[in-house]
Amino acid sequence: MSRPRRKSWSSEGRLAWALTRIITLLVYIFMFAPIVATVVLSFNASQFGGFPMTGFSLRWYEVLWQNARVIEAFQISLWIALVTAVVTTLLGIVTAFALVRFDFLGKSILGTVVILPALVPETILGVGLLILIKAIETPRSLGILVLGHILLALPYVVLIAQARMVGVKRIYEEAAMSLGASRLATFRAITLPLLLPAVVAGALLAFTISFDNTSASLFWRPAGVETMPTQILSMLKTSISPEVNALGTVMIVMTVGIPLIGGILVQVVSRLKKRTTRETAK
Amino acid sequence: MTADRLPATAKRGWSLYDPRLAWLLVAPAALLLICFMILPIVVMGIYTFYTFVTAGVEEASLTVANWHEFFTDSYYHGFLLKTLRVGMVTALICAVVGYFPAYFIWATAFRQKWLLLLLLIVPFWISFTIRTFSWIHILGEQGLINVWAMKLGLIEAPMQMLYTEGAVIMGLLHFLLPYMILNIYVSLEGIDRTLVQAARSMGCTNAQAFREVTLPLSLPGLAAGLMLCFVLAAGSYVTPQLLGSGRDALFGNLIYDTIMGQLNWPMGATLSIVLFFILGSVAAIYTRFMGMSQIVKGLGG
Repeated sequence: MSRPRRKSWSSEGRLAWALTRIITLLVYIFMFAPIVATVVLSFNASQFGGFPMTGFSLRWYEVLWQNARVIEAFQISLWIALVTAVVTTLLGIVTAFALVRFDFLGKSILGTVVILPALVPETILGVGLLILIKAIETPRSLGILVLGHILLALPYVVLIAQARMVGVKRIYEEAAMSLGASRLATFRAITLPLLLPAVVAGALLAFTISFDNTSASLFWRPAGVETMPTQILSMLKTSISPEVNALGTVMIVMTVGIPLIGGILVQVVSRLKKRTTRETAK
Repeated sequence: MTADRLPATAKRGWSLYDPRLAWLLVAPAALLLICFMILPIVVMGIYTFYTFVTAGVEEASLTVANWHEFFTDSYYHGFLLKTLRVGMVTALICAVVGYFPAYFIWATAFRQKWLLLLLLIVPFWISFTIRTFSWIHILGEQGLINVWAMKLGLIEAPMQMLYTEGAVIMGLLHFLLPYMILNIYVSLEGIDRTLVQAARSMGCTNAQAFREVTLPLSLPGLAAGLMLCFVLAAGSYVTPQLLGSGRDALFGNLIYDTIMGQLNWPMGATLSIVLFFILGSVAAIYTRFMGMSQIVKGLGG
């Protein structure tokens, strides 16, 4: 670490550093305190959603499990998110490949426009699409909702894939092709494996973006369909119940657990691969 | 090796990096962007000139009534000003508070830096709705602060903290701080650390080295963070909906109510276009001076 040695610090510098540490700690507490409170309260025996804790109980999870509307919303969100993750990853990888490897008319425009869904407020994208399908007299449908989610997740997947693609030298692909491999075979055997971390990261991110999407889904969902976040919103309309806390906790465990396990798996697999190649090299 | 001498590319007479192939590859994404983003915004623009008849019904006879209503009715101006104010306050607090953790992660000798960074990314994985409503447990009448303060005898009756503008800003800070911290951190990471050492060896105090070297070099990240936080805060819908009272509604809520509640589509389109232009021009002014690359780094990181 090239930071100046602590000893040479003036008292003013030490004070500033101490302040930095304290504020950093406070920011992390600020980030996680509400979430921890929700998780803790989901085990509250009380029939009210807030503090104080009156005892430990799992009954709100039971109640949740029997709530058919929640289960249905969960399944719908899961399917939408899975389809969004698969399609957006395919679309994003191919688009990033073209943006990095090729030179074509409209490349810089596309490179900018593809980021816009992440910057334009969801309310505007939501209203816009709604007005368009009203104007062409198409009813809202799950298909449109999914395509909308793909639009919202696309910028992130393209950015991740682009960043990784820049690091993959085109020499490798050209070598494979000059040895007679077809384009598709080259992409499968050379490009895709080298892009794997971006593929995994992009898919996970696309999944969470879709699973988590609230504002745009409120506009795009077909009548009578609730996704998980819109279901939570409607449950919050009356008051905050312990059931919502339990639901929140289940969602937190899922959405934090899945990427964490996924990330750890990728690490383990790549480490194992390295070890086996090293051993075969011996 | 030149591209066109490669054997696998000879078929169909397309060169290795033929633009036509690139267009084929980007066609699906481009189509999606056109049909689901560009076209909707254009149609929305046309819709602002439609005539509102009654809830859910409008006529294609062109009028400037919606725009006239927007420019003359102070009801809308109030929402607009409040939205801009909340956005600016949120972005500024984010910048001031967020700089410290970003600097700490950059400068610390702590080995497990990745853990600190991971903890900043974890909130992105947690449902935004859940993160927002969890503030009710902190600020609400049965929230952590009120329950403890009453137990300690500091207050007699619960304080009204929820459903205020402060609660909305708090929720927005919670949502936007990781964006800000990561943007500043990415910028700090790009600084050549020997520059700081050089400043120190030339006799700068730490404070001077920070003021003269580190801070100016991290400004691009700070600017990107400010822009992103402002745009996202001003466009928010869920946070004011859950943590604010009716009076704390922002422009996003107004748009939602106009369309989904009053079914006044032409007016909803007008309000959306207004928000789009205001936030768009903020982003345009930013990219005019700073370029897109910094936002790209912040979003992708």
